[in-house]
Amino acid sequence: MALLEVRDLTVSFDTPEGEVHAVNRLNFDLEQGETLGLVGESGSGKTQTALAIMGLLAENGRASGSVKFRGQELLGMSAPELTRVRGSKISMIFQDPVSALNPYLSIGDQLVEVLTHHRNLKRRDAVQRAEEMLRLVRINDPEQRMRQYPHELSGGMCQRIMIAMGLLCQPDLLIADEPTTALDVTVQSQINTLMGELSEKSSTAILLITHDLGVVAGLCDRVMVMYAGQEMELAEVHDLFAHPRHPYTEGLLKSVPRLDMDRSGILNAIPGNPPNLLEVPSGCAFAPRCPYAYEACQTRPEFTAASADHWRRCHLERLPEGSS
Amino acid sequence: MNQPGTPTPDAFERALDRRSLKGRSLYVDAWHRLLKNRAAVAGLLVLVAMMVMVIIGPALSHWDHEIPDWDHYSTPPSLETGHVFGTDALGRDLFVRTMVGGRISLLVGVVATLVSLLIGVTYGAVAGYFGGRIDNVMMRFVDAIYAMPFMFFVILLMVIFGRNIILIFVAIGAINWLDMARIVRGQTLSLKNKDFVEAARASGATEAHIIRRHIIPNLLGVVVVYVTLTIPQVILVESFLSFLGLGVQEPLTSWGALVNEGAQELETAPWSLLFPASFLAATLFAFNFLGDGLRDALDPKDR
Repeated sequence: MALLEVRDLTVSFDTPEGEVHAVNRLNFDLEQGETLGLVGESGSGKTQTALAIMGLLAENGRASGSVKFRGQELLGMSAPELTRVRGSKISMIFQDPVSALNPYLSIGDQLVEVLTHHRNLKRRDAVQRAEEMLRLVRINDPEQRMRQYPHELSGGMCQRIMIAMGLLCQPDLLIADEPTTALDVTVQSQINTLMGELSEKSSTAILLITHDLGVVAGLCDRVMVMYAGQEMELAEVHDLFAHPRHPYTEGLLKSVPRLDMDRSGILNAIPGNPPNLLEVPSGCAFAPRCPYAYEACQTRPEFTAASADHWRRCHLERLPEGSS
Repeated sequence: MNQPGTPTPDAFERALDRRSLKGRSLYVDAWHRLLKNRAAVAGLLVLVAMMVMVIIGPALSHWDHEIPDWDHYSTPPSLETGHVFGTDALGRDLFVRTMVGGRISLLVGVVATLVSLLIGVTYGAVAGYFGGRIDNVMMRFVDAIYAMPFMFFVILLMVIFGRNIILIFVAIGAINWLDMARIVRGQTLSLKNKDFVEAARASGATEAHIIRRHIIPNLLGVVVVYVTLTIPQVILVESFLSFLGLGVQEPLTSWGALVNEGAQELETAPWSLLFPASFLAATLFAFNFLGDGLRDALDPKDR
């Protein structure tokens, strides 16, 4: 049994314009200790997938389908049960670490509370445990840092603290929603290195949401590419980068700027815009922007296995040669 | 080489490091900013002095606020008679009466504000946090009470229950919490969508815990400012009630009641208006200066 089993997950929002389908019948598994990357452009439903798993959708949002964590259904779980799972077995870190910390509480208070709440530790033990955790995420002088407040620390330091907070209770699953987006490049690489080390040391599975393919290549075991709330391609990381089986993945890979490319021209981009999620297209969602689209694309392709560990949602048996 | 007495760069760095590592909360920061604001510090000092005076003042004088000095009716302030603020038409010492009146005025101001604070913050935080239909029902109830004419409400209470100082607390508190509830609700609505509230929820905090640890501490700044601006307002309302004869009863008194008596004897005994009125005005000024200073200190970006 996989750690996390997502089946037919659908997330929709009631808006004045109508029902917006952010996630459409999404399926995936996450094994214990595995790092799965979730990539796609803005609005592809990555974050809403994560929020649906955590039960943190906005008030007008609805999730249907099934999300099983260790065989236990998370969707529709009662609030008291959810508070026992969150932070203890599944935890989440956010995009902007500075605003994710309460400005009026000291770092120590915020860390210790998680432990006293979930693990019933005495304050003194909790403080000790929190300090150990801060040392693990490479924060020096943890005793002093515990007494400081978020506004006194840098963004990178705050993100380390968020990671420490996420791992305090040794959760089975850590959901990281673009953990490095709000940080500058050098700090990004430090945080990524740290996450890589931590995932190797612990048995915590990580669901990493990002639109940075470089991060995916460095950290993930498997990658799932999302578009318009659907899975487009799912493969082992090296396989996906070397042999993309979906035109969208190919487009994403081509649009990454590289040091060795011709720097005089403009950056490669996928033409067009993502579809309006108010009405889900009946055919392939990517067809209007796909360079290889043909008649068959009027109907929606199934998510099928091209090889044992490589799944994609495309009618093409393989992508035309010489394009990448 | 280093000159003797100059710190080595290393020591300097260590000192800098130690200072920056100490940790200073936003409220401590605000306190330091407040202490730099002269008007606010002056206001604070005046208020502290005023409180000390009204508490120990009456004990310093050998006169009583109830018992007349049969030898001196309506005498002007004089050190010889011992009546430093003079006496009123009944021969009672005005200094003692001003201090005792100050006790009542400040007590009404603080207690009624605390009552409205307690009700208003709880009510507003709950309405704002849960939102939706609960919010709608709760805030329409506030609107309904708002629509009731305040003076009519007070007079009605006095007629039914008789004049009583507890009733003044209740009447003023019952009206004042409405503003507090509205302000707190608005703040809560914006706070509950902040990332750290979502982060708290993601780490398994219960709703009660989020309100207690994340919403209320973040509301504190706004509430403190509002409280310092509400206290003078309440004191003024109490003075107004007393001026109308609806407030505290003789022989007990308040600044408002004293101003009322003084105004009637303005031509023959101007001091009986001057002293209570200036104490009242000084207190109101001090509270307003302190409130303004607090607002600037707690939200430095807002200036």
